[in-house]
Amino acid sequence: MLKQITVTVNGTQHTAEVEPRLLLVHLIREVLNLTGTHIGCDTSSCGACTILLDGKSVKSCTLLAVQANGKSVTTIEGMIQDGQLHPLQEGFKENHALHCGFCTPGMILRATELLANNPNPTEEEIRWGISGNLCRCTGYNNIVKAIQYAGAKMRGEEPASTEPQFV
Amino acid sequence: MIAQSFNYEAPNTLSEAISLLQKYGDEAKILSGGHSLIPMMKLRFATPECLIDINGIPGLSHIREEGGVLKIGALTREAEVEHSDLLKKHFPIFADVTKLIADPQVRNRGTLGGNLAHGDAANDHPAVMLALNATVIATGPDGERAIPIDEFFFGFYMTALQPDEILTEIQIPIPGGRTGSAYHKLERKVGDYATAGVAVQLTLDDSGNCSAIGIGLTNVNPTPLRAVRSEAALLGKPITDASIAEAAQYAAEDCSPSSDLRGSEEYKRAMVAVLVKRMIHKAMERAGR
Repeated sequence: MLKQITVTVNGTQHTAEVEPRLLLVHLIREVLNLTGTHIGCDTSSCGACTILLDGKSVKSCTLLAVQANGKSVTTIEGMIQDGQLHPLQEGFKENHALHCGFCTPGMILRATELLANNPNPTEEEIRWGISGNLCRCTGYNNIVKAIQYAGAKMRGEEPASTEPQFV
Repeated sequence: MIAQSFNYEAPNTLSEAISLLQKYGDEAKILSGGHSLIPMMKLRFATPECLIDINGIPGLSHIREEGGVLKIGALTREAEVEHSDLLKKHFPIFADVTKLIADPQVRNRGTLGGNLAHGDAANDHPAVMLALNATVIATGPDGERAIPIDEFFFGFYMTALQPDEILTEIQIPIPGGRTGSAYHKLERKVGDYATAGVAVQLTLDDSGNCSAIGIGLTNVNPTPLRAVRSEAALLGKPITDASIAEAAQYAAEDCSPSSDLRGSEEYKRAMVAVLVKRMIHKAMERAGR
């Protein structure tokens, strides 16, 4: 039995007829063609499918599309504003915080909520904060730096230098 | 992975939800946070005919103090439990436990009620609720029913909830005096189920005797386990290294862990003993010795 749902994605309202068993990540990727949200493990372990649902970071492989009815979704495609990269996107770029890039959209959406709740997190808070997002390339250090960079920028401070430090 | 087809209902009131449960009986499942249920449905371990989504029902996600009792709505998210000042004030154990449940995204969805109603001995809140002597409130066609936590867990994924009942609230008595609580689980990585987990709440009277004690064990038994003999070893006496060692030994003996990828039975029993000791010490520190 199809259900009609209305979901606002990156500020645009969409209406769709969906099977209740359709996962939110499949609505995003296959119905709305927003393929920046990735499917990694499909078991709510890896965090690649992380999006914001009414501002809260969630794993869209473990939500049904019908659960997003009447709600607002933000995906990586919604982070860029007026052609300007979001400070987190800029931070990831400047700090070489991605190699293959598969985890990056999920990392950035998760970090968005982290910084909204805690604008100046410690390194430990960042590491706990992204504990639901796996990266198999970077070893996380540059991801932590990227989030610190974005936090500083969003607080109106000068981010730390992104020049490589040779010791 | 795609779940088997099902009907989806999203009632706006509790009575509508209960009517739907009466209509579908065993074939319905309540959708709360969904982070245990949806994965099981995707693997087709669970194939409900109908999913009743209670997320739109108001009045199920509160944390408040009333007449010496702390009341937590069943739909309260783990993230809300984690950051509640009221819970931090009375029960530091909640900050211990929520930090160890899955990860931040899962805690944004997972609910306290769902964690208990799922009836999984690997979940962390059951042991905590045993230690805190909680009462579970179930609402059905005839109204509310209070179920003591010791009568709630029946077996693997089985609880005292009837097919037409919904877990709506958890009530926890707020202990007086010098009380401390603590939880820790040994896990292989962030977000893992416990290799072994131990929850302790204890109260010390003016002369330093242990006047109340609760000890619950996670994932070392087919059901969440109260360490009854361990509690008896401590109650009514000053807590000493010898009585702590005795309590730890009893807990290790009385649980019934199975050997699996997380460790052998012997190892898990040893870890239960270690964690019982550590959590008693931590709870005593928090009680202010």
